[in-house]
Amino acid sequence: MRLAEHFSRGLDAPICLTWELTYACNLACVHCLSSSGRRDPRELSTSEAKAVIEELSRMQVFYVNIGGGEPTVRRDFWELVDHAVANGVGVKFSTNGSRITPERASWLATAGRVDVQISLDGATAAVNDAVRGTGSYATAITAMGRLADAGVRNFKLSVVATRHNVDQLDEFEGIARSHGAQLRVTRLRPSGRGAAVWDELHPNSEQQRELYRWLSGRGDTVLTGDSFFHLAPYGGSLPGLNLCGAGRVVCLIDPVGDVYACPFAIHERFLAGNVRDGGGFAAVWRESSLFAELRSAEGGGACAGCAFHDSCRGGCMAAKFFTGLPLDGPDPECVLGHGEDALRARPRTVPAARADHSRTRPRPCEDSPVAGIPAADLVPSA
Amino acid sequence: MGASFDVAGAWSLAESVALRPEPFGALAYHYGTRRLSFLKSPVLVGVVRALGEHPSARDACRALGVDGERGPIFEALTTLADSGMIVPRVPA
Repeated sequence: MRLAEHFSRGLDAPICLTWELTYACNLACVHCLSSSGRRDPRELSTSEAKAVIEELSRMQVFYVNIGGGEPTVRRDFWELVDHAVANGVGVKFSTNGSRITPERASWLATAGRVDVQISLDGATAAVNDAVRGTGSYATAITAMGRLADAGVRNFKLSVVATRHNVDQLDEFEGIARSHGAQLRVTRLRPSGRGAAVWDELHPNSEQQRELYRWLSGRGDTVLTGDSFFHLAPYGGSLPGLNLCGAGRVVCLIDPVGDVYACPFAIHERFLAGNVRDGGGFAAVWRESSLFAELRSAEGGGACAGCAFHDSCRGGCMAAKFFTGLPLDGPDPECVLGHGEDALRARPRTVPAARADHSRTRPRPCEDSPVAGIPAADLVPSA
Repeated sequence: MGASFDVAGAWSLAESVALRPEPFGALAYHYGTRRLSFLKSPVLVGVVRALGEHPSARDACRALGVDGERGPIFEALTTLADSGMIVPRVPA
């Protein structure tokens, strides 16, 4: 069996997985994959989260990608990071930077097997803040400065490519370089609140071609989270596994312990089980009928006859699902334009998100996930 | 980034690499470089695990009855050395 086949048929344990630790967030990014804002009261407790970590350790999962919400607003966040590392599970966490104090940056400089990703979706405050909220650019840049000053090397500057920032890739690269960081560029998914803004925010086809050209010139110096394999027909695969790993080599655990096929698929259709079920995470991973279905998927559906199917593999399942396209058809961003044709041809019924934790009105102060954070850390002075 | 492979030298799996057995061989993850590598045969996994117990890579290969001088095992060890997955070691 070819190596790629082993991966598409699923491994006994994920290589890595995404774990959204909380739906609480002090920002309200318009494209949030998990529709975060308010904490879910059913969130996993500290001891439940530690038990999950121990299980991942037994399964030899190499690392977890921790996100949210803003994961650092959990009071036990650093304790959980410590617990993961102590159990041999590496941690990469994504943050908007609001809790990266100078003290925390110094701690991170000495922590082994912990990787920080600062999210920034514009190389200028105007472009970033339009998507991530007023002041979020300054917060991220301040956090990056603190990490660099503390001697944290090679942390990640994580950018979601949009119509408004793809012409800023060189600038992002400059920001990363000046902080001793590495640039990571990933694909905008129409998931969560992203479903509502995808039409106007996702790069147009000309921009996608340019994005591909830019990335292929960078080799593996710019990370992509393997998220652009749908662009491979432009001229070959970018570095990475180049396959959809959903339920096969990756998955998502959400804040209440629900296990989904991938981080971009928080919807009943892709729900495999819950870590609170009897067999824990391992049983969900090994026995879920959804994952069995994903691991046995054959053929290319409407794309089967396409000469490029071997390179793009039909693209991203979640991108299709949340734009109302059939899962066995072309990706909405198919480089041959079949996705755009399909989007135009059918009345679109976009599936609603399963759980919307967006804040709809101002909350009382005591409920704030950022209560207790010094104001200076939230809104850095200019 | 890594050292150039020499079959006569002493080698071992890098300290920051975790090796996970798989039906096809093993996955190796390097926590320093964040790189994932595939060890595409159980024989290769055996050799990599044995490296640290022998005075040279050649001896480790001989002990397992495989040719480490050329062919797929040599090529795989060269790749693993280039990417820092296996590292030179001072023989005990």
